[in-house]
Amino acid sequence: MSEVKIYARPVSWMPDVSSHYCPGCGHGIAHRLVCESIDELGIQNDTIGVASVGCSAMIYDYIDIDYCEAPHGRAPAVATGLKTVRPDKIVFTYQGDGDLASIGMGEIVHAANRGQNITVVFINNAIYGMTGGQMAPTTLLGQKATTCPLGRDEKVNGYPIRVSEMLATLPAPGYIARVSVAQPKYTIKAKAAIKKAFQNQIDGKGFSLVEVLSSCPTNWGMRPVESFDWLISTMMPYYPLGTFKDFD
Amino acid sequence: MGRVLMKGTEAIAEAAIQAGCKFFFGYPITPQNEIPEYMSAHLPEVGGTYVQAESEVASINMVMGGGATGYRVMTSSSSPGISLMSEGISYIAGSEIPAVIVNVMRAGPGLGGILPGQADYLQSTKGGGNGDYNLIVLAPSTLQECVDLTQLSFELAQKYRNPVMVAADGFMGQMMEAVEIHPSATRDDPADTTWGLGFMGERGGKRSHLHSLFLTPEPLEAHNRRLQEKYGRIKETEQRCETYHVEDAELLIAAYGTTARISRSAVNNLRAEGLKVGMIRPITLWPYPTDAFQALPDGIRHILVAEMNAGQMIDDVKVATNCRYPVSFYGRTGGFAPSVKEIEDECRRLLAL
Amino acid sequence: MPKGRVEIHEKYCKSCGLCVAVCPTKVLRISEKTNTKGYRPVEQFKEGCIGCALCAVTCPDAAIEVFKTEE
Repeated sequence: MSEVKIYARPVSWMPDVSSHYCPGCGHGIAHRLVCESIDELGIQNDTIGVASVGCSAMIYDYIDIDYCEAPHGRAPAVATGLKTVRPDKIVFTYQGDGDLASIGMGEIVHAANRGQNITVVFINNAIYGMTGGQMAPTTLLGQKATTCPLGRDEKVNGYPIRVSEMLATLPAPGYIARVSVAQPKYTIKAKAAIKKAFQNQIDGKGFSLVEVLSSCPTNWGMRPVESFDWLISTMMPYYPLGTFKDFD
Repeated sequence: MGRVLMKGTEAIAEAAIQAGCKFFFGYPITPQNEIPEYMSAHLPEVGGTYVQAESEVASINMVMGGGATGYRVMTSSSSPGISLMSEGISYIAGSEIPAVIVNVMRAGPGLGGILPGQADYLQSTKGGGNGDYNLIVLAPSTLQECVDLTQLSFELAQKYRNPVMVAADGFMGQMMEAVEIHPSATRDDPADTTWGLGFMGERGGKRSHLHSLFLTPEPLEAHNRRLQEKYGRIKETEQRCETYHVEDAELLIAAYGTTARISRSAVNNLRAEGLKVGMIRPITLWPYPTDAFQALPDGIRHILVAEMNAGQMIDDVKVATNCRYPVSFYGRTGGFAPSVKEIEDECRRLLAL
Repeated sequence: MPKGRVEIHEKYCKSCGLCVAVCPTKVLRISEKTNTKGYRPVEQFKEGCIGCALCAVTCPDAAIEVFKTEE
């Protein structure tokens, strides 16, 4: 009989660092999946991350790779610049829904439309987290936020944007998938999708985006376990999981 | 390459290629479109890449990412486009990323017009974006200087890890003149692996992290102090200025760019009449050539600032001279440049006072 | 049943309880201890861990490492 470690803290996770995220925040899970992918693909020294603006602005404190900051929403443009000059490196952005789907909608659409060979990890938790729970472009109809205290009203605020479905209408992007971290069974699939999105870039295939449905217990006003239940019961019906586009 | 007749915008583009710039991120706006057009045609010949961005907001951020690798990158635009880039320029300066930005200035405000202007003087030299940062701003007055200053801008950007702007007005961009363009001595210099992104392996696994975000006050103030110390060094070492007939001048014209060309003609004509007129021409708009202004002779009775705007450089002249001389202004807006005769007439009026 | 055990890095744990909820054999609980951040870290309080690693898969703070005994 011998004991083996079957699950370890990722090597590319910054040693001896505790994240600033609230308890139960899905960002930490998604960060870990990115780290695990980087470790398993052996690309820690060759990966350049682009940090966006929002709760994950300080992702560079948690993943031990080269990092560039981007202004709010501009991460795909910064990544385009990096990848243009260093096509031999693996470049990825990590963006929330306020960053990518609101202020940065122009940059993500055009990076996708160019078929830019980058990887995008897009966290959709249906709210602005860092600024304190304001309505996001992804906030669900009827969902309360600090700037729609009575709930999102489509007559005033329009409808929540399904980014993956929208980008999948473009001919250039190769891989677009929506995953979730609400339960281990979803998280295991999310990991596979994120790893595949990096592998696509290594293989020179082109633009890959993984939308990760995640939680924001603090701004949703829920306990962590309850927030993941809400994600499954309320978010996932509007934002169905699946692969919307693939290279193959 | 011998002397060739070239348009200003194309001379700037070729000078950049000869300076080792292989990556250009552009967006169309008049009157600078020949720069991205030239780059899209000629960068592939040197193994480089032209990317057409979806906006100036995107192009400046592509420059930020490209420059973050340590390699030479560039963008160009004109006044309203530079306004859109201001956010990115602040981030680039705050993250200490080298970048070259050409502004072929047109008349404003707002959409303004497509004719030449110099009304981005304050935007370029005093900020534009948020926070305490400075751009190095170079103002060419001839097309040869467009070439030379474009090449210099890459050296300064790399040396100080700072964005550098070539502030050429629309006349500089659209006129033709004979120029000589030589490869820069540093054109094939390798990227700096000590901080450039993508060299983590070369650094033995030590990562580089370029950012302007410091959430706690102590490191942010320390970062600002370091930036200010750098700007201080740039002020000490990089001031550039031309003086023309200042030794015995009673009246001095202060002008840059196209207005300086016009003023030079006015000085020559007035000198032929026996009037003691000279000119001081800032080449670096930031750092402002304060040393040259401080060294001006006491015999000057008056300084006339001439610009294609409503009077944006006056304050800098007053500060640089400690208000030792009376300073007045003559300028045109809307796409007009002051004529030689207009400047001569204004000089005669001031000398008669 | 396979035999496993978890090692919880208490300093990283924020007692969100996600691991407690997903553990199929219910061997985890939030402890009475307090870590340096003021959270009460999770502990394995009884035998019965099967080394499935679902807790580690769901941990937002990479605070859990999992060991499995191979027969």
